[in-house]
Amino acid sequence: MSRLLESFRIALRGLVANKVRAALTMLGIIIGVAAVIALVSIGEGFSAYVSGELEGLGTRTLFVWTNRDAANPQQLTTADAEALADPLACPGIEAVAPAYQQGATATYAGIETSPNVSGVTPEYLTVQSYDMKVGRFIEQDDVDHRGRVAVLGSTPASDLFPGSAYPIGETIRLNDVPFEVIGVMAEKGSTGPMDNDDVVLIPLTTAQTRLFTVDTVRGDYVVSSINVLVQSEDMLDSTIEDVSAVLRERHRIQPGDTDDFQVRNPSDMVETVTGITTTLTIFLGAIAAISLLVGGIGIMNIMLVSVTERTREIGLRKAVGAGKSDILWQFLIEAVVMSLIGGLLGIGLGTAISQIAGSALDMQTVVSVNSVGLAFGFSAAVGVFFGIYPAMRAANLHPIDALRYE
Amino acid sequence: MIEPVIDVRDLTKVYQMGEVEVHALRGVSMQVMPGEMVAIMGPSGSGKSTLMNMLGCLDTPTSGEYYLEGAAVSDLNDQGLTSIRRHKVGFVFQTYNLLSRTSALANVEIPLIYGGVPRRQRRQRAIEALEMVGLGDRLHHQPNELSGGEQQRVAVARSLASEPAIILADEPTGNLDTRSGKEVMAVFQQLNRERGITVILVTHDPDIARHAQRIIWVRDGLVERAEQVGDRILADDSQGSEEDKGQAVAVAALDASGTFEEVAS
Ligand SMILES: Nc1ncnc2c1ncn2[C@@H]1O[C@H](COP(=O)(O)OP(=O)(O)OP(=O)(O)O)[C@@H](O)[C@H]1O
Ligand SMILES: [Mg+2]
Repeated sequence: MSRLLESFRIALRGLVANKVRAALTMLGIIIGVAAVIALVSIGEGFSAYVSGELEGLGTRTLFVWTNRDAANPQQLTTADAEALADPLACPGIEAVAPAYQQGATATYAGIETSPNVSGVTPEYLTVQSYDMKVGRFIEQDDVDHRGRVAVLGSTPASDLFPGSAYPIGETIRLNDVPFEVIGVMAEKGSTGPMDNDDVVLIPLTTAQTRLFTVDTVRGDYVVSSINVLVQSEDMLDSTIEDVSAVLRERHRIQPGDTDDFQVRNPSDMVETVTGITTTLTIFLGAIAAISLLVGGIGIMNIMLVSVTERTREIGLRKAVGAGKSDILWQFLIEAVVMSLIGGLLGIGLGTAISQIAGSALDMQTVVSVNSVGLAFGFSAAVGVFFGIYPAMRAANLHPIDALRYE
Repeated sequence: MIEPVIDVRDLTKVYQMGEVEVHALRGVSMQVMPGEMVAIMGPSGSGKSTLMNMLGCLDTPTSGEYYLEGAAVSDLNDQGLTSIRRHKVGFVFQTYNLLSRTSALANVEIPLIYGGVPRRQRRQRAIEALEMVGLGDRLHHQPNELSGGEQQRVAVARSLASEPAIILADEPTGNLDTRSGKEVMAVFQQLNRERGITVILVTHDPDIARHAQRIIWVRDGLVERAEQVGDRILADDSQGSEEDKGQAVAVAALDASGTFEEVAS
C-alpha cells in the first residue's frame, strides 16, 4: 500500500517536473474528447430538432393537392372533399379539411400586414393540430352562413394588436372586407419553410365567395388543398388507395392515365429529411473520429518523443533499486492521471461548445453518455497504452541497456 | 576462513556490433574481501566500466561466474537482482546519470524510496549524504544548475545514502579538483573504516588509487596485476593507521593463500 502511495508520489512529481510534456499529452486528450462530445451532441441535437419539427405535421395526416404535371388537371373542389368524407368510400378517414389559401392584406387601426389567408372548415383545427389561445375556432354555422369572422395566427395577432390590446370582438379588414376576430391560436412554429403562425383563418365559403374570386368546376368551388386525418397510422396505405380511387372516379381518369392529384403523407418527408440528418450526423461523427485520431496521434507522439529520456530514467531507477512493478505503477499512474485530467477538461470543453452551439443555433443539444464514454475511453486507452508500453519494454531491459538507450 | 564478498571467475563480455565482436572483457578473475577498499586502474577502453556494471548487477556477462556473498548471480531472477541493487550495492556512474529537472535532494532520495525508507527519515539521510560530499548548500539545485563536479558528488551521495554493503564507484573523482577529490575519498575511507562498507572504485589518478588498500590493473579486458598499496594515503589524516595496519595484515594473509593472480612484491 505504501509502495503504491510512493509510486503515486513519484508519478505526480514526474508530471510536475515535466509540465510541458504532461500538458501536451493532455492537450491531445482534451482535443479528442471535446471534439467528439461537441460534434456528436450537435449532430444529435440537430436531427432531434428536425424530426421534432416534422412530428408537428402529424404522422396520421395526408395532404391532397393538384398534380400540375398531369395533362389538363382538374382542380380539387369542395365537393371532392365532401366525397372523401363519406365513410363508405373511405372508411379509414377521421376528418377531412379542405382549404382555400391565398395571400391578403390585413389592416387594423392603421397597422397593415400580409398574412396567408386560408378559408377552412372546423375540422382544420384538429387536422392541422392547432391550439386555441383565446376565443373560439370557426364553427360549421360560420361556414354555412359565410360568416365574416376570422381566427388569427399568433403572428398577425401580435402584429395587429401589439401590447395588451385584446383582439376578440374587434373588426379587422382583409383586402378591405371587414371581419370580426373571434379567436387567436397558440404559437405553433414553422414546419420546414412553412410559417404556421403567419396565418388568418376564415370560413371556407366566405373565402370562396366573399373575399376572393374563386374558380368553379361544374358548379363546385375550387379548394387549394385537402388535408385528411387518418384514424390510425396502419390505415395510411389503404386510405391513400381509397382517396385515389374516389378522386380518380370523380375526375373521370381513365385506367392507365396518371392521377391529376397527389396524395402525400408527411412521414415520406420525415424519411427524406431523416436520411439527410443521419448523413449529417455520420459526417460530424467522422470529423469527430478524425479529431480523436489526431488527438491520439498527438498523445502517441509526445509519449514516443520522450521515450528516450524515459527509458534512461527507467534504467537509472532500476539501477538504484526499482523493481519492474515500481516502474509499471509509476507509469500507469502517470498515464491514468493525465488521461483523467485531460478527459475531464475535454468533457467540460466539449459540453461548453455544444451548449454554445445549441443556443447559437436555437436547438437542444444533449451530450450523450455514449459519446463521452467512447471519446474518454479511446483517449484514455491511447494515453495509457503509449504511456505503459514503452515503459514496459524499458523495464524489461538491463538497467545498463536502458541507460544507454538512444 | 573469510569468504570473499565478490568472487569473479573468468568473466567475459562480448558486445556484438553488427559483424564485429568487441571483446570488452576476456576472462577477468578477481576477488574482493568484505570491508576491503580496492581501486581498479587501467587505460581507457580496457573494460573497467564494463566490469563495474557486471559487479553491480546492471548488466549480464557473456560467460564466466560471479558470486556475490557466495551466491551465484547468474541464478538470480529479476527480483533477486532488484533486491541486490536495492539493498546491497550503491553505484556511482562514470556519467553520473542524475534525473534531470529533479533536485539534488530528490535525486539522492530515489534509492531510499525503493529501499522502503520512511519519508522523514529518507529526507534526513539524503541531506546527511549530501552534506558528507560538501553539498549541504546545494540541496535544491537541479542537475543543470550544478557544476560537473557537483553533479558527480550528487551521484556519490546517492550511492552512499542507502548505506549499502558495497559501493561501486566508476571514476567518482574524474571531474573533481584535487581537494574535492580528496574529500570524496575521505568519505569513502570513513564509510569503509567505520561501517565496514566494501568500496571498489575506478580511477585514472594514481594518487586517488593510493587511497585504496589494493590496486587492480586491468588491460585489454584482462586483469594485468594486483598490488597492495604500500604507502596508503589517508585523506582524513587523523587516527586510523592502527586499523589500517590490521587490514593490511588480513590482506597479506589473503595474498599468501594465493587468491590473486598476480601480487606485486
Ligand atoms: N555497449 C557497447 N557496445 C559496444 N562496445 C562497447 C559497449 N560498451 C563498451 N564497449 C567497448 O568495450 C570496451 C570497454 O569499454 P569500457 O567502457 O568498459 O572501458 P573503460 O575501461 O571504462 O574506459 P574509460 O576509462 O574510458 O571509461 C571499449 O572498447 C568500448 O568501446
Ligand atoms: Mg569507463
